[in-house]
Parts: sequence; structure tokens; C-alpha cells
Amino acid sequence: MKIAIASGKGGTGKTTVATSLADALASSFSINFFDCDVEAPNAHLFLNPDLKDIKPAVIPIPVINDEACSACGLCVNVCQYHALAVIQGKVLVFPQLCHGCGSCTLNCPERAISERERDIGRLYFGKTSTGISHYMGMLTVSEPMPTPIIHQLKASMQEHADITIYDSPPGASCAVVATTYDADYVLLVTEPTPFGLHDLKQMLGIVKQLNAPAGVIINRQGIGDKRVENFLAQSPYPILMTIPHRIEIAAGLASGRLLTKILPAYRHQFIALYEKIAEQVNVNQENR
Amino acid sequence: MITHKNSLNQLVILSGKGGTGKTSLAASLMYLSSKSQFQGVFVDADVDAANLALVSQAVPIESHIFMGSQCAEINTEKCNQCDRCFEICRFNAINRPDIGRDFYAVNDLLCEGCAACFHVCPQAAIQMNKQQDGEWFHSTSPYGHLYHAELFPGAENTGKLVTTVKQHAKLYAEDHDIPLVIIDGPPGIGCPVISASAGVDLALLVAEPSVSGIHDLERISAMLKHFNIAILVCINKADLYPEGTQAILQLAKDHGYPIAGKISFDDVVPQAIVKAQPVSQFAPNSRAAKEIELIWKQIKKVIFKKDGEL
Amino acid sequence: MILIISSQGRTLDSKPNPRFGRAPIFIRYNLESDAWVALNNPAVTEQGGAGVAASQFIIDQGVSDAISGNFGPNAYQALKTAGVLMWSFNQDYGTVQAVIDAYVHSELKQINHPG
Repeated sequence: MKIAIASGKGGTGKTTVATSLADALASSFSINFFDCDVEAPNAHLFLNPDLKDIKPAVIPIPVINDEACSACGLCVNVCQYHALAVIQGKVLVFPQLCHGCGSCTLNCPERAISERERDIGRLYFGKTSTGISHYMGMLTVSEPMPTPIIHQLKASMQEHADITIYDSPPGASCAVVATTYDADYVLLVTEPTPFGLHDLKQMLGIVKQLNAPAGVIINRQGIGDKRVENFLAQSPYPILMTIPHRIEIAAGLASGRLLTKILPAYRHQFIALYEKIAEQVNVNQENR
Repeated sequence: MITHKNSLNQLVILSGKGGTGKTSLAASLMYLSSKSQFQGVFVDADVDAANLALVSQAVPIESHIFMGSQCAEINTEKCNQCDRCFEICRFNAINRPDIGRDFYAVNDLLCEGCAACFHVCPQAAIQMNKQQDGEWFHSTSPYGHLYHAELFPGAENTGKLVTTVKQHAKLYAEDHDIPLVIIDGPPGIGCPVISASAGVDLALLVAEPSVSGIHDLERISAMLKHFNIAILVCINKADLYPEGTQAILQLAKDHGYPIAGKISFDDVVPQAIVKAQPVSQFAPNSRAAKEIELIWKQIKKVIFKKDGEL
Repeated sequence: MILIISSQGRTLDSKPNPRFGRAPIFIRYNLESDAWVALNNPAVTEQGGAGVAASQFIIDQGVSDAISGNFGPNAYQALKTAGVLMWSFNQDYGTVQAVIDAYVHSELKQINHPG
């Protein structure tokens, strides 16, 4: 079972929910936890895995064999990202624009292009004291593209587990798609404010395209109003849990404590949440 | 970084971590700027989760289609199912025939528009279609003009849409002799953040005193340092976790980043958002509003004093 | 010597545009003959790599000197490799003609690193 936790809006509590869910389920299930927020990963601060740097995250970029190259310019025309240019009879490569698609390499009539792997980040792995397998990716500062790292992070999985949790980055762009596209269920975390509602709708736009079952957790209930609840009441997405706005929770999270440690009653709530998710996924599969 | 010694100054508000209070602060700065001698033009650069228009009573006066990427499409009549496209696609964007579908198809969400399949298809059965990836708007508000956008869900956020709204804001400011552009930035450190920061005079980092907030603050400040952008730090929800606030003050001291001020954890902040107003307008006598005014004072000092030295 | 100046509009009275890759127009000016022409920048609508595309375009025009507000790292690398000198109009010159005059009077700053 693969569960992605996403939101649209930043700071609603994705990592809070993802890490608490993992912690609550760890005693009954084997868990693979993927921190896919590779620009600013935080889950390790809460789950405390013994992380080791495994390998670089890479993107394959073209290398031009100048002797074989005839400067025909076909590679420049084929590249959709202007990552190549012909200047004074030589082909110049612009690595940060390259998406690693391999098209130039495939299409060169002189076979003058080979590939090398360029480092754009790092992949980490570790286990927590509760037996969770924790996978973290980190984009190198100044690199623009997180998406290849998310794909490689998932591919670095060592062993299957009963439950896989994907902690998604904020927003609703392609990095979120890369995180959620293969999930069996998308758990959305929002806050009861105009910002929460607007960005939840953005995220639901992706969920609809994924055709995956989804449900919502309203976090910091009490800081806003009923607009999110009212909106969801008219939608096919159930509200699975509500977490109240309480200073002790906020302060505890600020210090790096898991929600399930700040208020142990949440362990049961997250186990119950998982059971609801599992049921929704089964129903969804039967209906297919 | 070559900085322009002209009359326009650009400020970007960033944080690394999402949810630290950038947009809320941006809205209050819009209000304060409109009440001061330093009028501004405003940009919401968080294009896939754009919220600034929601608290600034923005009314669109122009809207524009944003054409971004391309997406491949397979013509099933010409396709002979040779599988070449599946073999070469590096983004898992080609779906082989499956239960319920006996033809090859492109997964729109995963397709990155690289056209490798287009070039490799021996039947020329693939075409590349330009996609509308979003929309951008020029709006008016009680505080000044706002440029903002909505990226369609799942689209690639390459920074082009961010650059588009920023450039139009800058042109408007220059044409109307407005001295300030304030850019509400996105979370993270990747491409849209890089685009939001390009060419700015100052980055205001809104720090959250939590372990996550501090971790991400290190990342965003490293990114800004890489691109040689001046930094000012303010601490939001400052009384939430005093050890965290201390850690941020120490970090700022170690790196030489001036502190613009602190904002306390105040219920009027979410209340103002619910009422779709900047805090400074909604509750001008509140603690948070007074603290924000001090931050604005520091911003004016850093930005406009610089101009005065010319 | 052939100059290009990144511009907002199609005449010498137009306002210069400081961003090389995404300026809508390049004014191509021949210093010896004073002949000039306004060219559309093909990179202006590109999703990414505008700096590269714009550089490729002006290199193919046989330009010797490129004048803009700043040049991103990719444009800088491309133009440097091609031997095109880069100059910045580091204040508000108001018109393309004023920028050309400033160039002629050695008032412009030469760019030696990407901006």
C-alpha cells in the first residue's frame, strides 16, 4: 500500500502527518518512508533515522566528441530546452538546462554524443529505532530541478514494505506529480483558511488526473472558519481527521517532537486513519 | 551580480520552508507601502499555490494565457505498436496497452515534452502539442497593482511563469516611476525560487523558529549566497519556541545577516486571513501589526538608504 | 563593429531592455556605416534556455559586441566562447541611441563575469 501525503499549501502539516502515521504504524507493519521534499527535507528531524549518504542523485547529460562532431546542429534543433548551442563550429552544452532525455544522443548522425552523469543532489538511507526504512533525497543548493531526484529516490528502494509513505513537497507542480503519481491513496493535509482552501483545490486538480482515492485531514482546526469543511461536504473526498490548533502541539512540533509523542492518543487515531484509508482503497479497487 | 543603480528596487520574500508566513507578511507590507511615500508594485511568485490576491482584494484587469511546455500525443491509427517510444522515454510517460486500453498512450502528467519519442517514432505517429500551463493576471488592489498567476495543477514550474509576472511588474513600476517591487516568493530552493530571486536588491527571509524552519533557512540562505543576493532576516511566530529563535539569531549573527525584526505568534494573523485582509489593516493596534511596522521600517532603511548614498 | 542592444521597441528612441535573454527586440547597429535594424528576439517566448537561444541568434548575426543590463550565466558562457564582448548599461539611459553614444564614449562597463 502506497500512501502519498500532499497539500498544495506549504506548512499545513504534511510532514507532521506523514511522520506520525509512520510512527503509529511501525509497530504493526514494515514501513518505507520517502521524504520527497528534496528541496527542503525535514522528516528526518522527527523520525531520527541513522542516515547514511548512499550515492549521488544524477542527471545524464551529453558529452560531445569534438573530433567526430560535424557541427551539423541537429542536436541543437532536437533539444527542446536549448541546452545545446553551436558556436564557432563547436557544440556547447549547458548542463543546468538539460533534462536528461537522451534525445540528442539518440539522434546525432555522427554518433558523436555520449553521456555522463552529472551530480544534482544526494540520496540517503537509514533506519529508525522503530524499524522504519527512511529514504531521503536532497537537491544540491543552486540546482533548479527536483523532479529527477524524486524519481531516483523512489528507485533506490532496497526492500518492499507493507506500507510505503511518500512525504510530498508543497505546491502542485511536477515535483508533486513525481511524488504522488504511483500512490494508491493521496492523503491531503489542509488548514481551515482561504489559503488552505485555494491550494487544496489546486492539489485536487492533480488528484483528479491521477484518478486515485483521496481523503483530507484538517490541521490547526480553530484558526479559521468552516469554508474547507463546507467545500469538502460537496465533494467526494472525506474528512478523515481533524487536528486542533493548540499551542502545545505547535511548540512540540517546533522542537522536533513527533505528534504521536507530544500526544500519545494520536497513535490510535493514526492507526484508525490507516484502517479507513485501507477500506477506501479496497472499495476503490473493487469498483474498477 | 550587477545591480542596477536606477530608481527601482526589488525585494523578494522567501523562507525555504513553506507556511512560515511570507504571504501574510507580504500583504501587510503592501498595505504599509501604500500608506507611505514608497509606493509599490506587487508580485505573487508562488504560482502553483498563489494566495496573495486572496488577502489584498485584488481585481483582475487583464488576464493572459501562459503557454509553457509541450506534450506528446500518439496517433493510434498510425501507431504500429513497435514499442520504440516506450523504450526511449526516460520519464515513464508512455503507457503500453493494458486492461481496458489496447493502444499506446502518453501520460500527460508525466510527459516532460522532450520530444525524444517524436523523433524516434518510425511511423511519425507522434506529434508534440503546445500546452497551456496556466494563466497570469494584472490586477488592481487598494494597495497598488498586483501581478500574479495560476499554474495549472501538475505543470512544470520552470520559473518562466514567475519570470513573466516579475518582468511585467517591473515594467509597470518603471513606466509609472514607482520605486519598489515586492515579490512574495515560493517555498523551496529550486527553479521558481531562483527565478523569483533573479535581479533583486534584497531578500527578506521569514524564519520560523522550529527545527524544520531552521534547517530550511540554512538551505535558502546558502542558495541566496550562491547567487550573491543580500539577505535580511525576520522571525515569525517568534515566541513559539524560544530555543529556535535563539538558534536563528545565532545563525544570522554567524553569517552576518541583519535582523529586521520579530513577529509574535498572534491570533489576529489567521483572523485577518479569514477576513481577507492584511493584518496591518485588520488589527493595526495588535502586537503583530506593530512588530510588522518595525520590520517595514528596517526594510525602508536598508533599501532606500542605499539609494540615498548614490 | 556590429553592436546589438537589447530593446523594448523597434527604434533608436526605444527604451533599452535590461534582460538579455527575454528582451523582445535586438537593435543591430553597424558602427562603421551607422546602418541599423530591429530584430525580433526568437528566444522571448521560449520556456527555458532563453539566454542560450538568444546568444545563438546574435552570434549567427555576426555581432562583435552585445550590450544589455545583465547576462545570465548561460548567455555569458555562450557569448564568451564565441568571442562576443559584453557590456552593461548600468544606469537608466532612456533610449537605445543614448546607450550607443555611451558605448562610443567608453562609458559602459565591460562584463567579465555572469550576472
